[in-house]
Amino acid sequence: MADETSAETSAETSEQALPAPIIHITRDPLDGEAIRALEQAVTTAGAGGIVTFAGVVRDNARGKRVRALEYDAYPEMAESEMARIAAEVAQRWPESALAMVHRIGPLAIGECSVVVVAACPHRAEAFEACRYAIDALKASVPIWKKEIYEDGQEWVEG
Amino acid sequence: MQVRIRYFAALREAVGEAEEALDLPDGATVAQARGLLAERRPALAKLLPACAAAVNRGYAQAETPLSDGAELVFIPPLGGG
Repeated sequence: MADETSAETSAETSEQALPAPIIHITRDPLDGEAIRALEQAVTTAGAGGIVTFAGVVRDNARGKRVRALEYDAYPEMAESEMARIAAEVAQRWPESALAMVHRIGPLAIGECSVVVVAACPHRAEAFEACRYAIDALKASVPIWKKEIYEDGQEWVEG
Repeated sequence: MQVRIRYFAALREAVGEAEEALDLPDGATVAQARGLLAERRPALAKLLPACAAAVNRGYAQAETPLSDGAELVFIPPLGGG
């Protein structure tokens, strides 16, 4: 996470154009290298605050020991819903750049399932935009999660 | 008319297939398709009441009319994140 530090200048906005939102459903690992690449892709010279949310597979849920997760998605609609959310973010925070990537398929404990990166001129809007995007993703993007336990498995909400 | 139904997550596992065609009377709505499907696929009857619906990749209402060739997906409770 970087904080805003601006070079001394009289310009009020950056000269560099904002990148288009990055939206993907992927089966590839969202490892440190992939996350860094997303951060770099949305970071422009005018970005002073970059907030990254990474959702990671936990080993327990509702008092149960979780062995692994499996995610499924309706990929075409998931990406169009994510694009709709990105458009809302762009409207609310016009100087923001956003990446939202969700992994599907089998995931092990500790692996990253979702990454949202918001890059903005200042930290406050970067936190807000990132929070808004991940909350909206959870509320409307057609992605599903199956928890795999020692003694069974179940598609779960939330 | 005929719509294309695609199954994901719990519905796909219950049905054992990723998609199928469903014949419907012209002008049938999402609610009618849901009712027919519950009759035709007993394995879905328990799951469908908790599902939202999407037509042509956007959320739809019960009364949304379907057209020939539409893609209809019943969306169980979400778990993304």
